[in-house]
Amino acid sequence: MIEIKNVTKKYGDFTAVDNISLNVEKGDVFAFLGPNGAGKTTTIKMLTTLLNPTSGEIYLDGHNVMEKPSETRKSFGIVFQDPSLDNELTAYENMQFHAILYGISKDVYIDRIKKLLELVELTDRKDSYVKTFSGGMKRRLEIARGLLHHPKVLFLDEPTIGLDPQTRNHIWNYVKKLNEEEKVTIFFTTHHMEEVERYGHTIAIIDHGKIIEQGTIDEIRKKAGTDSIEDAFIKLTGRQIRAEASNFSKSTLRGFRGM
Amino acid sequence: MRTIYILWIRQLKRFIRKRASLIGALGQPLIFLIAFGFGLSPVFARAGQGNYIQFIGPGIIAMTILFTSIFTGTEVIWDKQFGFLKETFVAPVSRFEILLGKTLGGATVAAIQGILVFFITLAVGFRPHSLVMLPLALLYLVLIAVLFSAVGVAIAARLEDMQGFPLIINFVIQPLFYLSSALFPVQGLPKILGFITTINPLSYGVDGMRYALSGSSHFSPWLSLGVLSAFLIAALAVGIYQFRRIQL
Ligand SMILES: Nc1ncnc2c1ncn2[C@@H]1O[C@H](COP(=O)(O)OP(=O)(O)O)[C@@H](O)[C@H]1O
Ligand SMILES: [Mg+2]
Repeated sequence: MIEIKNVTKKYGDFTAVDNISLNVEKGDVFAFLGPNGAGKTTTIKMLTTLLNPTSGEIYLDGHNVMEKPSETRKSFGIVFQDPSLDNELTAYENMQFHAILYGISKDVYIDRIKKLLELVELTDRKDSYVKTFSGGMKRRLEIARGLLHHPKVLFLDEPTIGLDPQTRNHIWNYVKKLNEEEKVTIFFTTHHMEEVERYGHTIAIIDHGKIIEQGTIDEIRKKAGTDSIEDAFIKLTGRQIRAEASNFSKSTLRGFRGM
Repeated sequence: MRTIYILWIRQLKRFIRKRASLIGALGQPLIFLIAFGFGLSPVFARAGQGNYIQFIGPGIIAMTILFTSIFTGTEVIWDKQFGFLKETFVAPVSRFEILLGKTLGGATVAAIQGILVFFITLAVGFRPHSLVMLPLALLYLVLIAVLFSAVGVAIAARLEDMQGFPLIINFVIQPLFYLSSALFPVQGLPKILGFITTINPLSYGVDGMRYALSGSSHFSPWLSLGVLSAFLIAALAVGIYQFRRIQL
C-alpha cells in the first residue's frame, strides 16, 4: 500500500531523512516510531504530497506520489501533528468544510459528524468558535475531522498527544474498527508504547533520519531481547549514546541487534 | 466546483465575522474623499477639468478594492502560519481550484467593500451619469477585485510570514494606487509618470469605471476590458505556478 524507496530529505545541509526504504502492506497497522526530531513528521509530509523529497521514490496505493499528487490525495487521510484548524470557524463548520472538500454526500456527513463529535465529546460545543477551545479540545476536533472520510490509508501523526486515557481509548477503538471493517491501512506515530503493543502490528524505528529497525512487534522484541516495546525502543534508540559512552564495539552492536 | 464554493463561503464567513475590520476599511476611502474630493475640488475646477468628486469617485472605489483584495489575498499567509493550508493542500482537489476559491473569496469581499464605498461617494455628492451604465461599472469593479485578489494570493504564496507585508504595501500596493489614473488625469502628465500610469493595470480599471460612472474616459472601454483580462490571466498563471511550489 505504501512503498518508500531510498528517500532522502535535506533541509539545506541538514539531512532530516536519510535514504530510507519501507513497505507497508494493505490493511496493516503500522507504527512509525522514533525520538523527537527523528524525521517521522518529515516522512509523513513527503508521503502526503506536502513536501518533495530531495531524492528517492514513493508509491501510495500504486500512485507515484511526486508525479501524481492529485491521484495520491484521493487515497489517504491524515491527522497532523501540528494544528490545522480554522480558529475563526466553529467546530461544526470545520468538520463540514472537510466533508465538502472531500466530496462526502450530505446525508453521510451529517450522520458522521454527529457520531464523531460524540466520540470526541464535543457535541455540546459544536457551534463554538474553535478559538475558544482548549488545546485538548482542539486536538480532539482535529482527530474527529481526520476520521470523517474513510480513506485507503490513514496517517496519524502523534494523534493522542495530550489526551486523557479515556479519549485515547475511544479514538483507538474507532481507528481499530476502521482498520478491521473497512481495511483502512493505518500509519501512525506515537510516544505511547502501550498504544503500539495494543493496536500496532508492524513497526519501524527511525532515528537521526535512518531506519534502524523494522518488523512485527514480536520480531522487534525478540531482536532487542526485551519483554516490551518500550524497552526495545529505548535499547535501540539509546544505542548511539551508549556506544559513545562505553565503547561498545560495532560487532557487539550488530550481534545485539540480531543482524 | 464544490472546492471553490466551500473556500468562498469560508472567506465570506470570516469577513462577516470581523465587523471591526469591515468598518476600518471604510475609514480610509472616506478620508480620501473628504480631503481630496473637497480639498482639491477648487483647484481642479480652476484648471478647467470639471467636478473633482465626479472624477475621483471611481478612483476611490478602485483604491478600496485594491487594498482590500490584496489584503484578503494574504489570508493565505495566515493559513500557512496557523496550519490550515495543510488541511486544504492534502485534500483531493487541485491546486488550481484552491487558488480560484481563494481568489474569488477575496474578490467578493473586496467587491462588497467597493460597493459600500460607492454608496459613500453618493453621500458626498458623487452622481453616476447614467443608471443604465451601472452594470458595466459593476463589471469593472468585479474585474479589479478578481485581478488584485489573484495578485494578492500570488504574492502571499511566496511569503512565509507577515514580516514581508509592509514591503509589499510600500513597494507594490501604494505605487499601484498613486501611480495610476485614480487621483489625476493621464492627459498631460510628465512623460515618465504618463508612461508608468499607462502600464499600470489599475489605471484601466479606474478608467473603465469612470467611463461607466462618469461618462468620461481616457482609454477605450474595450481596451480597459482587454488589459484587465490579460493581467488577470497572467496573475492566475503566476499564482498557480507559485501554489504548486509551496512546501509545507
Ligand atoms: N522546515 C524545516 N527546516 C529545517 N529543518 C527542519 C524543518 N522541518 C523539520 N526539520 C528538522 O528535521 C528533523 C526531523 O523533524 P521531524 O520530521 O519533525 O521529526 P519528528 O516528527 O520525528 O519529531 C528535526 O531535526 C527538525 O528540526
Ligand atoms: Mg513529528
